[in-house]
Amino acid sequence: MKGNATDYLILDKATGTYRESPEQAVRDDVEKHYWLNVGRAIAKDWRLYVMMIPMLLVFLFWRYFPMYELLGCFKVSDTVLPVSEQLFCGVSYFKRLLVGGDSLSANFWMAMRNTFLLSFYGLCFGFPMPIILALFFNEIRSNAARSVYQVMTYLPKFMSTVVMTSLVTMLVKQGSLIGQMGIVSQALVKLGLITEEVGNAGLLNNPGFFRAIYQISGIWESAGYDSIVFFAAIIAISPTSYEAAQIDGAGKMAQMRYVVIPCMLSTIVIMLITRIGSLLNIGYEKVLLLYNTKTYVTADVISTLAYRTGLSGGAGTGIASAAEMMNNVVGMLLVIGANTIARKASNTSLY
Amino acid sequence: MKRKLEVSELIFKIVSYVLLTVFALMCLYPFLYAVSASISGRHAVEYSEVVLFPKDIQFEAFSMMFGNNMFWNAYSNTLFLTLYGTVWALGVSILGAYALSKKRLLFRKFFNFFLVFTMWFSAGIVPQYLNYLDTQKVFRSVGIMDDKWLVVIAMGMAAMNIILLRNAFENVPSEIEEAAIVDGATEFQILGQVYIPMSKSTIATVALFFAISRWNGYFWARQMISNQNEHPLQVFIRLQLEQYTDPEQMAGWNRAYASDSVIYALIVCSIVPILIIYPFIQKYFAKGTNVGGVKE
Repeated sequence: MKGNATDYLILDKATGTYRESPEQAVRDDVEKHYWLNVGRAIAKDWRLYVMMIPMLLVFLFWRYFPMYELLGCFKVSDTVLPVSEQLFCGVSYFKRLLVGGDSLSANFWMAMRNTFLLSFYGLCFGFPMPIILALFFNEIRSNAARSVYQVMTYLPKFMSTVVMTSLVTMLVKQGSLIGQMGIVSQALVKLGLITEEVGNAGLLNNPGFFRAIYQISGIWESAGYDSIVFFAAIIAISPTSYEAAQIDGAGKMAQMRYVVIPCMLSTIVIMLITRIGSLLNIGYEKVLLLYNTKTYVTADVISTLAYRTGLSGGAGTGIASAAEMMNNVVGMLLVIGANTIARKASNTSLY
Repeated sequence: MKRKLEVSELIFKIVSYVLLTVFALMCLYPFLYAVSASISGRHAVEYSEVVLFPKDIQFEAFSMMFGNNMFWNAYSNTLFLTLYGTVWALGVSILGAYALSKKRLLFRKFFNFFLVFTMWFSAGIVPQYLNYLDTQKVFRSVGIMDDKWLVVIAMGMAAMNIILLRNAFENVPSEIEEAAIVDGATEFQILGQVYIPMSKSTIATVALFFAISRWNGYFWARQMISNQNEHPLQVFIRLQLEQYTDPEQMAGWNRAYASDSVIYALIVCSIVPILIIYPFIQKYFAKGTNVGGVKE
């Protein structure tokens, strides 16, 4: 028997016998009539539960049912039968992708590598840019001037992926009968960074340039907007901290080193962890709009590979689902891991 | 108290201004170039004589596009998707977030997890596509033939936005709600007359997130909307880009303007509405990132 008997029994002095304490009677009642009480509570607050129904249905139909369709990765693909009636084929698709030894398996590993590398370079080059921008914004004392700069740098974030990629495509397009190469390619040729032939062939047709274009357009698009959160961390620093540092004779670099960076650190760490968590969730739309058959070697990511094999007449939906399944499971583990670390490190959880 | 700037501070300040100016101009340049190229003459565009300012100004690329019914069609489709999509998503999110913000809600943890899990794990493109195909069949069988409604209803819900709303509702002081209850307000009245007015700015932010993602939506609209009269603007732009930058198709081009100008004109037309409302919505966007660090 657990606990102390007096917790749930009371000695009745008059008769010398034990009887149940009132608290325990309530506890017993709750236990005995658990579902009845649940029903009563729901009946009392039924409006609250009715309000949730649309949201729950939307998520069930269009977020959870696809997860059920994902089980197609264990079954023989069939365009007619629903997933539930398809024949079970175990992990054969996974085997074929991982150790198949054919071109599909080679493409899978290539896409896995590209997915990882695109995110990783984004982490190396894309992540520090907003922090540096925020430090620069902080130097501008005039509010009006700073707003002008901020408005200009946030602007690309408001463009859709299609508009952004269309602009990029036009700026580095190939030379042809209907026009010379794009204006940015020409500038690069003038600067001697690329040769005329490379520029004329179109930078987006050259697998060697895809990653650079992807990262630079990414910085162009979101560095300004992403700097908001870092800038907010900087302006939260009390002016007295700077004054104390100045009295101690700290120059600009020393102030950066000992005041600004330490105060921003928790924000930086949180954002970094989030970035690492979403390392495998690469935006497929942008890749899909920028790549072409010539640049698959460096551009193809898991989602786009799955799109081609599953949707536009490839090897089938089953094997495409298997590729996405692996990518997304690893991605989820990264997110959960990152979130746990963030919670431990700063007591603020991201989700 | 005015203090003389130290040399290191001065240098850093100058470097900041210079680099920021360079970066800001780089951010802006592609748009300026797009405007110039869309109104420059054919020879100037094809031989790259346009660098910043327009040359041999013509407006025929624009007038040709404004004369194209498909363009206006695409525009109105985008407005349709943005308007109805935002209203639907926001309505569903507000109702759900309100229920989730109540401590007395049973199985609250489970419902929260139900949402949050979709942020951790998504099924991916292929299962999602199969699911939308099934949805399409169901919709058609009940008489909803327009794929636009499929895009409006089935897509664009985001767990993150619901959590932002839930947090805002949780911050509304419970005393005000109790006062309303004493006055005999029903659950819907409390939501409509206490919670929504008190969380206006978060609701505006979330509405903006929904609207922007609808306005910019491309991939699923292209996959799921089969009738090209129903294509939204983004799909229209992409199809035009694929067509007008194909040298083989454009070899016989005999207009007074370059085929590139058509693309640039399209790009300009699609960003002008955003530029017009941009000054008004910018502060909400900045707010949105600040409340981004949510806790469970």
